Amino acid sequence: MAERILTEGNEAVGWGAITAGCQCFFGYPITPQNEIIEFLSREMPKRGGIFLQSQCETATINMLFGAAAAGVRAMTSTSSPGWGLMQEGMSNLAAARLPCVVVLVQRVGPGVQRLTHSQQDYNSATRGGGGGGYRTIVLAPATVQETHDLMQLAFYLADKYRNPVVVLSDGLMGHVVEPLELKTVEFGPLPEKDWAVADRGKHEDGKHRAIGASYNPLKGESFVSYLVDMRETYQEIEASEVRYEEYRTEDAALVLVAYGYCARVAEEAVDMARAEGLKAGLLRPITLWPFPNQAIRDKAAKGCRFLVVEDSMGQMVDDVKIAVEGKAEVHLVDATFRHLASEDGMIMPAKVLEEIRRLL
Amino acid sequence: MSEEAREMVKERVSGRPEIFVREWFADYLWDLFCPGCQTPVVARMIAEALEELGIGDEAIMVGCVGCSGILIGGFDLDRVSPAHGRGPDVATAIKRIYPDNIVFTVQGDGDCIAIGASSFIGALSRSEKITIIMVNNTNFGTTGGQLGPTTIVGQVTTTSPQGRNPGEEGYPVHTAEMAATFKGVAYSARGALLTPADYRRTKGYIKTAFQRQLDNVGTGFVEVITACPTNWHLTPVQSLAWIRDNVIPEFPLGEFRNVTYID
Repeated sequence: MAERILTEGNEAVGWGAITAGCQCFFGYPITPQNEIIEFLSREMPKRGGIFLQSQCETATINMLFGAAAAGVRAMTSTSSPGWGLMQEGMSNLAAARLPCVVVLVQRVGPGVQRLTHSQQDYNSATRGGGGGGYRTIVLAPATVQETHDLMQLAFYLADKYRNPVVVLSDGLMGHVVEPLELKTVEFGPLPEKDWAVADRGKHEDGKHRAIGASYNPLKGESFVSYLVDMRETYQEIEASEVRYEEYRTEDAALVLVAYGYCARVAEEAVDMARAEGLKAGLLRPITLWPFPNQAIRDKAAKGCRFLVVEDSMGQMVDDVKIAVEGKAEVHLVDATFRHLASEDGMIMPAKVLEEIRRLL
Repeated sequence: MSEEAREMVKERVSGRPEIFVREWFADYLWDLFCPGCQTPVVARMIAEALEELGIGDEAIMVGCVGCSGILIGGFDLDRVSPAHGRGPDVATAIKRIYPDNIVFTVQGDGDCIAIGASSFIGALSRSEKITIIMVNNTNFGTTGGQLGPTTIVGQVTTTSPQGRNPGEEGYPVHTAEMAATFKGVAYSARGALLTPADYRRTKGYIKTAFQRQLDNVGTGFVEVITACPTNWHLTPVQSLAWIRDNVIPEFPLGEFRNVTYID
């Protein structure tokens, strides 16, 4: 029986990383993710891992580039302004096909704004916020336990596809305290990282390795073949890695779509609506990219309508609209529905219920 | 370039240390660098230094973006090409993962002390046990000869067409002297390549910087002044005279910090 502890989402990130065998953490202080770097500054050295506080997020993401190039499991965490600084690095990591994990604890934006929660980085996380057009797998936990478990999945998927993985949290998810079972999630075997830079440059085939953020004509790649390879990887991810959860959707006329903390809110709103006899359900994407398009499309074909609940001015709602292909109504509860018109406000179930009542 | 001249250059390059130059690099040298460019000379010097220290093909190289970034292809080492200016960050991570390896960056002046200034200073301030070699040609070469952090006062570039004016553009950055002020830096020196004696001396600087890393003392930094005839609009021979008369008076050669332990 795995140990059970009481902890917050940010520390669950750290526990998940340790369980996944993360050997390297690079970080820079920024609220609301400081508990992650403080936790790992204590815990990594105890386990023979590397913890390093950098001089800025630009440095952090490039240290991650170096560590990933060396073939070890490595990660960083940040919040929205730091995420902005990391975009060139994210693009390079994706271009060089380096596996790594980046935890983004979203706070209020755009710009510096305030230090609390939001869901305003959906677009930059799922679309590839840096230059050039690339994709990163994006995982969105909704509980402390799931944060811990998805961290392990994140490292596995990164290694499996040689692609950066983003775990998208927020200030609320980072600070909510819940029980956590420190269990190891088992995944399948992974290929050897024989492409990585090695200790003293020693490789079985006697050849040295070169890692860079571009196609390599010396390996017989052309720019187009490189793009095609990348697209094939993305298509494989889209075909194999979509994850979502449904709640009371069997007979739902209105399907709420929400991730992260808003999924918790939406779930409560669904229960309140059901108590009034209103046929509401919830579809909660766990992977934001790849997005559960087909599941949503199937529901649209059955005549469901959709209500997106997200704490931004509307970002994921675009993906839902793409999924329904114009065949269903898509409504939105956004950041303007916060119970306080301030950075401390959040979208409450009662507000969502009002909207459900209006639509059903 | 005539076939004859190509063969001659290739022959010279081929009398090289084993790790430099890889076959294709020798074939394409003249397509990669301008006539009179001294950047490939720096590569050869680094390769010889590694060989003479007996760390041949075991070192791990981190490149850069710019003319010096082209060099990375010539080395038969495990190597990583980072984003513009971020070599010291990448090298930091690799060195911490493989602490027994020699890890070094080769960067231009723009890469190292303009866009990469924060990465450079970050590495020095943490006393990373890496070696940073900065090729200083006083301008941004690859992009067409724009003003760089090391452009000499009065020097005409494509973005300082009237010559560098301190009132507008400030003064050249003295990177080797600055690096020497960091306690965590074990070695900092500046060399040039005007004569064979310069070559030997500068190679000695690079070897000492590597040695400080081997001995786990602290960061090593070597700045090498090189000619950029194309962007200076001078012949290779005029370029060397211009370095002697204008660059070295601004950037004196020598060692600025050399310690075998840091207390």
